[in-house]
Amino acid sequence: MSRERATNELWVPTGVGAVLDQYIGVLFTFVIGAVVVGVMVSASALLGGRRRTSVKDEVFECGNPSSGPARGRFSVQFYLVAILFIVFDVEVVFLYPWAIVFRELGVPGLVAMGMFLTILTIGLLYEWKRGTLVWE
Amino acid sequence: MSLGGFDVQVLRENGFATEEMTLNMGPQHPSTHGVLRFVVRADGEVMTEAVPDVGYLHRSIEKIAEKVGYHGFMPYTDRVDYVAAMPCNQGWAMVCEKLAGIEVPRRAEYCRVIACEFNRISSHLIAVGTMGMDIGAFTPFTHALREREHINDLLEELCGARLTFNYMRIGGVAWDLPPDFAEKGLAYIDRFEPLIDEYNALISFNKIYKERLINVAVITGEEAINYNLVGPNLRGSGVDFDVRRDIPYSIYPELQFDVPVGHGEEGTLGDCFDRYMVRIREIQESCKIIRQCLQQIPEGSVLAKIPRKFKPPVGDAYVRIESARGDMGWYCVSDGSEYPYRVKVRTGSFTATSIIEQVSRGLMIADLITVVASFDLVAPEIDR
Amino acid sequence: MKDLVLSLIAEGGALAGVPFSLAAPLVMVAFGALVVFGFVLPIAGITSWLERRVWARIQSRIGPNRVGPQGFLQWLADGLKNLLKEDIIPSAADKWLFSLAPYLVVVGFIATFAAVPFTSSLIIADLNIGILYITAVTGIVVVGVLMAGWSSNNKWSLLGGIRSAAQIVSYEIPAGLSVFPIVLLTGTLSMQGIIRAQGWAPWDWFFFYNPFTFAAFFVFFVAALAEGNRTPFDIPEAESELVAGFCTEYSGMRYLLFFLEEWGNLYVIGAIVTTLFLGGWQVPAFTDNPMLLAVAQFGTFFLKAYFFVFVAMWVRATLPRVRVDQLMTVCWKYMVPIAIVNMLGTAAWMLFVPETLGRLVQFGMTGLGAVVVVVFFRRVRFHLRRANLKPSDYYYSPII
Repeated sequence: MSRERATNELWVPTGVGAVLDQYIGVLFTFVIGAVVVGVMVSASALLGGRRRTSVKDEVFECGNPSSGPARGRFSVQFYLVAILFIVFDVEVVFLYPWAIVFRELGVPGLVAMGMFLTILTIGLLYEWKRGTLVWE
Repeated sequence: MSLGGFDVQVLRENGFATEEMTLNMGPQHPSTHGVLRFVVRADGEVMTEAVPDVGYLHRSIEKIAEKVGYHGFMPYTDRVDYVAAMPCNQGWAMVCEKLAGIEVPRRAEYCRVIACEFNRISSHLIAVGTMGMDIGAFTPFTHALREREHINDLLEELCGARLTFNYMRIGGVAWDLPPDFAEKGLAYIDRFEPLIDEYNALISFNKIYKERLINVAVITGEEAINYNLVGPNLRGSGVDFDVRRDIPYSIYPELQFDVPVGHGEEGTLGDCFDRYMVRIREIQESCKIIRQCLQQIPEGSVLAKIPRKFKPPVGDAYVRIESARGDMGWYCVSDGSEYPYRVKVRTGSFTATSIIEQVSRGLMIADLITVVASFDLVAPEIDR
Repeated sequence: MKDLVLSLIAEGGALAGVPFSLAAPLVMVAFGALVVFGFVLPIAGITSWLERRVWARIQSRIGPNRVGPQGFLQWLADGLKNLLKEDIIPSAADKWLFSLAPYLVVVGFIATFAAVPFTSSLIIADLNIGILYITAVTGIVVVGVLMAGWSSNNKWSLLGGIRSAAQIVSYEIPAGLSVFPIVLLTGTLSMQGIIRAQGWAPWDWFFFYNPFTFAAFFVFFVAALAEGNRTPFDIPEAESELVAGFCTEYSGMRYLLFFLEEWGNLYVIGAIVTTLFLGGWQVPAFTDNPMLLAVAQFGTFFLKAYFFVFVAMWVRATLPRVRVDQLMTVCWKYMVPIAIVNMLGTAAWMLFVPETLGRLVQFGMTGLGAVVVVVFFRRVRFHLRRANLKPSDYYYSPII
């Protein structure tokens, strides 16, 4: 299997500028995405017309008058999931550099990352045992 | 309740309470089977209570009976439970016949049972299909409705209507079977019976489907009796009772059929899955009944001689029939005039609504939909 | 893309005389516009039409067949109709966030196409962090959905938004971890680099590389479906529970934009899966003509990617949806541990399995895959025969 490294060599390798060139395209997709939405929404606003009535502007609650605002304090469960996510997501980002240079690291790299992941898994097991993952 | 292993009570005392949210589920909601409303109090996804609020589909059908007379009330009975209108027809016809002591011709009784059992299949098909739809699978619904269309075709040949049949009359039925009805009916049953395996393969024994239904909203036999559940909901809890067999009426004593009872085949006895499977099995039993009826049906007239001005003697009568939603009671008081003095319909959906508050505690919002679907509630039958 | 630029600025090219450093961004911007307007928006629309047709077929219905041949132009008609609809913002809603949410959702989705390859030379930006970039910008969609849910000031929307956030962030972990076996093998994050490390033949795909990458494929695909809010994981917009979930209060064009994202995102899922596991645009070098080769590459990539779009439709038409607690259980108790094992397993495989044995495993697994496909089609044939269909059974045939 052939191994080719990052393909920056496709572009004229002139340091930082060459990398930034790549991001012009990225920036442009962001801009064009926003333009697409902007054009569609404003065209719809122009063509669609607007007749506001107080009933139409009410929030939908299955045909009943709303029973209070929807912005109370929300269930803790979802926040626990969010915390779990942050823990793991940070770890995942740590893994990227390791994965890229893994071939050079060899067995020590595997052992080191094995230890790291073991600690991470213990964290998951702890959450599991404490019942964070149980919705009751 | 525990959150992350901490006792909620301790958290509350220390000021970490989460707010409960009050939600109106219905009347305008995709899966409340008509216009039924639940006031749900939920902590995030977990409900602390779900109180049904009935009355959005009340059309005072019972009161209408007092103004339109005995014959004229027949089309209104279709609207009591439009998903299974035939048994309602039969209930009204039977209570009038009991009041006046009328003997119904045998052929008419066969026609009634054939029509009712076809209607039971079509009603259960809707129950099975909407159960799939309510937990997110749309395909079972269309497949079930496809088969239901064929039944509707048959019933349309029989009485000219596809939903609100108005087929039965006091003292018999309006029309005899069309000439080739028996062949068509048998051909349909032959084709349809193997398809039940298809439903089972597609949904009943699907892993996700079972996960959603098993051990959800368990109702013990005792609870089911206390809350007056009837029909498949009662039998789903393991109580072996069927009006057709235990309080026989019409020609049911002459027919061979089993009464399917839930036995906790996948999880706890009396969970949503048991109620669901009882309906699947009842479809098979109905197929058996129809087959026997179509083979045994005698010749003869289909309507007894009934005066146009039907005036039953003073008195009252109560009949029980097994509709698709279970034990349905029809009560009528006659004062000797052309108009009933009082009519009362007792329906299975109404009593099933009363247990929802009890079983929904601690379930998740998504489960409430499953529970409603597993009871096979039909909103017009609740309110009438 | 460098070759393309070089040929354009050469003598007689369209951009003759323009310096490379100016021509390159110009070509990239032009190509980006072409991709978005000529590919992304139509593909989202066409997918919506195809999904409805495929659904209808599976459900023995006909589906949309009125606008254009076989209803093909239905998506344009839908777009036009929504364009002419009133745009309602509830008075209780947070007006700014409510208006902003569709922007984030659509921008997050269109931006992923910057790093989605089409052929060996056509890609808007071949970033050296390609796959990481895609994971990152997909995260913008979560913010948009949560924003839509919260700003509507509607309880169904809020529940939908929160569910969606919890679901997407949870499934980002197994999806992210399932990328690592591939990154370990290739040593690069660039989309084109990953494809170049594979071959055109199935046994050179990472799908059949070893049992761990094989398992990683399924973990990734399921997690990607969950991130795309697809059945069986469509709980954020579960219509039978939450009315329409986070977009309950949206109407007209803004409502359509959420679905533009959902359907377009299917192609992104397919493209990423194809890139990581199925050899991307790799075709045998059958010709020297670069134009013909590019067409073949594009066709290969598109077909592979679109196959997974089809699979997603198929799954949606078959399975019910899971409950929110089951969703979390599947993610954290099954998929995350499996993904970690896949990663370490692949690392160990690279170190300890000799080349020849690895090669044999590749061939063996490809053979196994072929057997599975054959068995599948035999099974379909068996069922078709058993059903014993007569012409009258095609009464509801969708092909009319």
